[in-house]
Amino acid sequence: MEAGAATAPGPSAPPRGAPPENILLDVRDLRTYFHLADGLVKAVDGVSFSIARGETLGVVGESGCGKSVTAMTIMRLLETPPAEVVSGEIWLNDQELLGIPETEMRTVRGNDVAMIFQEPMSSLNPVFSIGDQISEAVRVHLKLSKHDAWDKAIDSLQQVGINSPERRVKQYPHEMSGGMRQRVMIAMALSCNPKLIIADEPTTALDVTIQAQILELLRTVQQKTGAALMLITHDLGVVAEMVQDVMVMYAGRVVEQGTVEEVLLQPKHPYTEGLLASIPSKGRRGQRLNVIKGTVANPFNLPKGCNFAPRCPFRFEPCPDHDPRVDDPGGPPAACWLWKPAPGYSVAPRVEQGARTASGGEAQIP
Amino acid sequence: MTAPEGTGAGSTRNGAEPLVRVQNLVKYYPIHGGVFRRKVGDVKAVDDVSFEVQRGEVFGLVGESGCGKSTLGRTLIRLQPQTSGDATLAGESIFAKRGDDLKRMRRKMQIIFQDPVASLNPRMPVNDIIGEGLIAQADRENGWRNRKVRDKRIGDYLERVGLRRDYARRFPHEFSGGQRQRIGIARALVLDPEFVICDEPVSALDVSIQSQILNLLLELRTEFNLTYLFIAHNLSVVQYLSDRVGVMYLGKLMELADVDELYANPRHPYTVALLSAVPEVDPTRRQKRIVLRGDLPSPASPPSGCPFHTRCWLRAELDNPQNCVTDVPEFRELVPGHRVACHWAEKISSELVAKAVAGQDVVRTADLEPAPAA
Repeated sequence: MEAGAATAPGPSAPPRGAPPENILLDVRDLRTYFHLADGLVKAVDGVSFSIARGETLGVVGESGCGKSVTAMTIMRLLETPPAEVVSGEIWLNDQELLGIPETEMRTVRGNDVAMIFQEPMSSLNPVFSIGDQISEAVRVHLKLSKHDAWDKAIDSLQQVGINSPERRVKQYPHEMSGGMRQRVMIAMALSCNPKLIIADEPTTALDVTIQAQILELLRTVQQKTGAALMLITHDLGVVAEMVQDVMVMYAGRVVEQGTVEEVLLQPKHPYTEGLLASIPSKGRRGQRLNVIKGTVANPFNLPKGCNFAPRCPFRFEPCPDHDPRVDDPGGPPAACWLWKPAPGYSVAPRVEQGARTASGGEAQIP
Repeated sequence: MTAPEGTGAGSTRNGAEPLVRVQNLVKYYPIHGGVFRRKVGDVKAVDDVSFEVQRGEVFGLVGESGCGKSTLGRTLIRLQPQTSGDATLAGESIFAKRGDDLKRMRRKMQIIFQDPVASLNPRMPVNDIIGEGLIAQADRENGWRNRKVRDKRIGDYLERVGLRRDYARRFPHEFSGGQRQRIGIARALVLDPEFVICDEPVSALDVSIQSQILNLLLELRTEFNLTYLFIAHNLSVVQYLSDRVGVMYLGKLMELADVDELYANPRHPYTVALLSAVPEVDPTRRQKRIVLRGDLPSPASPPSGCPFHTRCWLRAELDNPQNCVTDVPEFRELVPGHRVACHWAEKISSELVAKAVAGQDVVRTADLEPAPAA
């Protein structure tokens, strides 16, 4: 995961600050805050990542960690106020999404980026037929006639493996099962050939056998269309199956990034370690499960230093006061003082232990 | 104080008597339709289920949503009447009890609900939520009618589940999901039950909180000598916690075995598919899976013969034998302790599974389910 890359020296001269050609989505230091009656919630607090064309990024974290807000900010679907994008840049190709007017954003949504939501029942309109809903999107985005749009709707239903689409297209959401509705959502997302699909917990509401169907479908569709996928989930099993790169979030911040093998097999951040160790499996039967102590940080009152410090078993002196991320944006893949020297320290504990040097050289930069 | 009725059913047969014995339990919900709202059919939520739960064991019940596992749990503790069949707790019939006998029996079996938000009354402080059962069950012996005795007991159990004593005065909305589930556990255990039904107790929780609650449930089981019926759809959680596991599909038990036997050597095609559908956390072991076609059929009109035959991959591999459609498979004992409801269970082999996995085409595995009944 390379964030904050230099300007691409292309012949067509992309705008200043645009990411290199192969990067589809580049999010830099994104901060989305909510001004609520009870105070300020820093839902997304300095998140940077990028997705290459055709790649899959998994975003993992527990509820309230800011993974959905990140997606909604990219789509610009948050209501402002109470939400406010305090800082950051979102580059899709050579277009910066936060700076463009809403009318332009409407053509980006659907055309370039499509979103699949968690709850297919509440994201489909109950009073319109499936065909009406898909063809509406198609007519707006692809400027097709009513008749062509209807054919396109049937076509996209077929693409997601729905039998007799000519009959299904006239049905209403309540006439379909959960897995079927999720297929319709995917059909809708695919109808305008987006380059990026953001799937926010697409299988959480579904049973395992249906989840297996939908995951396979997403994978096939991605292979066929070459779209990039940002897969938001709390299920580490789904991540292991589906993605190449992973980003772990905790309380609005990215705590660890890397390839799926790095993050799941050799986790560096204590939060990731704890999360993996708390999954019940047969090898652990009869034994106590590892437990991350305490509860997720209170969003109204986040710790001053590392967000995870109050629950961290490896906490030492710098943790409560110094935030490992803010001080050092280009650091090692884990936002943790175990992996890079804290202020006043010359070496990071784990690097010193010779466990594994995690881009220790870069850590000197600030 | 033992009720005379119902003692015949639960006699000791093979050594240790099971704590709970369920016999041919059936629960149908009527469907009313037409102008006169006449009964036009039944939703067969639980359809002829029999099993035993041994004293002190954790019996896991898995299945997809709508398979009837929760209905089974709720019927078993008489939150709703059964349609037919019987069940015994420590040899006494559960469904035959009336009045005071029933009340005494209710104390011995309690339930922990799935949704910690919906199952706690938002207008009651924790003290009243937990105390309600104590007041209902108060008698001369336990003295729970006395407020001081009650408050002491509530405080003790709050502490035991990892909460502070003074939380008793707070209301449910002041707690996080994990804490609410702890309150739900205290509410169930405060009455000193023998048999606890855990109905998806961790599925609404985040992973890190889930492990806290699972640990707590295991501790409490040893400490209070509890027997659990653990209902869940998460197969890894069930594997972690259970001694024996039953797999349900469309209101029927499909397979029942010791946990290790079931996970290592599944003998029902549905179980095989279910297990292969669970994504593994290890990215080096991405496996091909058996993706079942279509959705769960409606329990209002379950398929004839074997309820699974419409989605069965094994049947397809065996060139669609006819008896799957015509005959309801017997829930038979394959090897001692391992029961399966499949005509062709012996045919399952790793080669056949591999063949089924290789032969599937994902996008074209379309929905085969009939149009849902109104």
